[in-house]
Amino acid sequence: MYRYDEFDHTLVAERIATFRRQVGRRLSGDLTEDQFKPLRLKNGLYLQLHAYMLRVNIPYGCLSTRQLRKFADIARRYDRGFGHFTTRQNIQYNWISLAETPDILAELASVEVNTMQSSGNCVRNITADQFAGRARDEVEDPRPWCELIRQWSILHPEFSYLPRKFKIAVSGAPVDRAAVKFHDVGLYLRRNAAGEVGFEVIVGGGQGRLPYVGLTIRDWLAKDDLLSYLEAILRIYNLGGRRDNPQKARIKVQVNALGIDEFRRLVDEEWAQIKASPLLAVPAAEIDRISAYFAPPAWEQITDEAGLLVRQDAASAAFAAWRRANVVAHRQPGYAIVNLSLKATSMAPGDLTADQMDAVADLADRYTLGELRVTHRQNLVFTDVRQKDLLAVWEALDKLDLATPNIGTITDIVACPGLDFCALANARAIPVAQQIGRHFQSAAALQDVGELSINISGCMNACGHHHVGNIGILGVEKNGQEFYQLTLGGSSGADASLGDRLGKGIPAAEVPPAIEAIVGTYKQLRNPGERFLDTYRRIGLEPFREAVYGPDAGRRREVA
Amino acid sequence: MDPAGQMVLANRLTDGRVVFLAAHGGWVDDIAAGALAPDASTGTALLEAARRDEGRNVVVEPDLIKVRQVGGRYEPVAWRDVIRAAGPTVRTDLG
Amino acid sequence: MTTVVRDGRLQDDAFVDASGQDTLPAAGPVIVSLAQWQAGRDGLLARGTPLGIRLQSDQSPALVAGDLGHFAVVALEFPKYRDGRAYTHARALKERLGYAGEIRAIGDVLQEQLHFMQRCGFNAFEISGPDPERAWATVAGDHTVWYQATGDGRARALDLRHPAGRR
Repeated sequence: MYRYDEFDHTLVAERIATFRRQVGRRLSGDLTEDQFKPLRLKNGLYLQLHAYMLRVNIPYGCLSTRQLRKFADIARRYDRGFGHFTTRQNIQYNWISLAETPDILAELASVEVNTMQSSGNCVRNITADQFAGRARDEVEDPRPWCELIRQWSILHPEFSYLPRKFKIAVSGAPVDRAAVKFHDVGLYLRRNAAGEVGFEVIVGGGQGRLPYVGLTIRDWLAKDDLLSYLEAILRIYNLGGRRDNPQKARIKVQVNALGIDEFRRLVDEEWAQIKASPLLAVPAAEIDRISAYFAPPAWEQITDEAGLLVRQDAASAAFAAWRRANVVAHRQPGYAIVNLSLKATSMAPGDLTADQMDAVADLADRYTLGELRVTHRQNLVFTDVRQKDLLAVWEALDKLDLATPNIGTITDIVACPGLDFCALANARAIPVAQQIGRHFQSAAALQDVGELSINISGCMNACGHHHVGNIGILGVEKNGQEFYQLTLGGSSGADASLGDRLGKGIPAAEVPPAIEAIVGTYKQLRNPGERFLDTYRRIGLEPFREAVYGPDAGRRREVA
Repeated sequence: MDPAGQMVLANRLTDGRVVFLAAHGGWVDDIAAGALAPDASTGTALLEAARRDEGRNVVVEPDLIKVRQVGGRYEPVAWRDVIRAAGPTVRTDLG
Repeated sequence: MTTVVRDGRLQDDAFVDASGQDTLPAAGPVIVSLAQWQAGRDGLLARGTPLGIRLQSDQSPALVAGDLGHFAVVALEFPKYRDGRAYTHARALKERLGYAGEIRAIGDVLQEQLHFMQRCGFNAFEISGPDPERAWATVAGDHTVWYQATGDGRARALDLRHPAGRR
């Protein structure tokens, strides 16, 4: 994990001191709410339905147990005993006091955690593939590049007042576990024809009210050029992004209006002027310094435990189900990657209580070298568990309700906080997720359905990423009631696609039966081994629409 | 059920908590103690008072909301305001 | 009389900002808009007084690149503090066009943005609020570490970490 040096510590401390002063000025009335709002947003503090909400960065999803224990501590002392992991690898607290926030930031800083630019019209948390540095299919570890980009983006003097937020994601593998094509800038580490590792650069992706799949602006960018190229993109956006309408202010709108070719031309024209600038050079020494923090751990030289695991599977069907669903192959012999499911129906998706945080930290210290990851599907990961410890880990996680064998399946639901917490929401999302979860309880049922993602958003801002769910659910409000619109066929991977609207909104109580009908149709019409997304792409919307709305659905005029 | 009237709801500046403007001019946590405006002009007056407190940095974003009486208690009419007044519908142990 | 903060001190401003007026003062240093400059360039040069130009946030300094030698002041507008285009304009003016005169921040200029402005090349500030000099002094010590380099010559953290190791 990256460790702060004196420069990082000083920068964070200075930022907190500045914010403490700004909070004082706000409380005394020296700053109006309008003047203060962007300042508090740049420190991750929102005013929500019940209190202030604090969004804490977990850069590229990497977390130490020391930091997780501090999250538990903050939850207990400053909040209501739990935290929420988000779709951008952050953690959020919902009951925060403005007056206490500077102290909270100082406490977080003591364990090298910050909230800088987790909100605001600036570059946000840099996210990455949760298996970075461990996955077998990885071209190169994205984390050093994420850290380099993070530092370049923090308190950038020129780009702190962008037209709108700016989100960057990096994937180190061709299998995209970071939704790269749905970010303002997305980066894939890949090799060119000469075998050199560089970046494919995607621009203009995003969800929200106007979802777009990002487009490739550059097939291959040399590592040395990373900062200058990003700077060129940001500069063209800063100058040309719309400032007249917040809903049209993202770079995706600019790219779509100009066309990718013209946008690329503008970026290249700017880039030509700064490509060789020493201001944007990245010394090899700095790359080496950062990379050293992400060097592979001192794994034991052990072998795979196929025999043992098969015997343990036979002794416990529950263990077998969990291992099949939640455990992923590791590139190092004898090791495994363990997904912790934060999707038990007793909790809101992505939530962890303070007690669970402490318990997970203890487990991580004992079984996975003291570090963990946060995924953008609101789960956690232990990246370095010895296969011989899997049974013990499962038993411990099961006691914590973190071993639901549902990763990647229908009850591994992503949901935003929704109208229960968020001032922007039109409808609740969490109860819908819980109800669906209750309908698909058995491990066998989950396994039979197979790979299927459900994403729920409580409003068009799409923080639940519903556009890219295999089944997307969007909460809307009509005449004071909550209704839910379903979409089918979204995908956040490299085969990116936006979901297609199934039909008019349905009330909350009808959502689980609708999901049942959709799943039933899929099971009826699928080819052997075909996952839901592929069946949908093959047969289209109609069979599902009929199943949910009845056989007249196609002929009836849609009244949304 | 017809609305009983209107109340002013806001977030307290210091801690962000939901508060209601009370008859005595202060702000209270409990909707039961909120000042009820039975007609539009009283509602406007309440909101103006709330805005003055906004200017004094006591509260943020005051909102005039419709309120009705349900079983002897006040309850907001809009679902969103119900959640603001009563807390989230999930994790009710914490709301 | 406008006052401007330069080098942390509040100073009187000799310039009259005529950019929003129909007629210019008969004499004296004057700041004009881009439209006024384009319409009355010869007349303005004939005044023989120091000149300044005020650019709006959608007007790039490149539009007057050839004339920069005539301006003692280039004022770049922040119509609202959220409009961050002038940061880019200031850098272009200083670092790309080589302008060495006064780059002035005008409009919705708040103390919390002064550091960013200075790093982008602004060296004069019409700061909103009752006590501009105090505003400047309050934030002056806020930031000693920066992750990015601009044309202001300050070393970024990356360079301080590897003093001998520049590529």
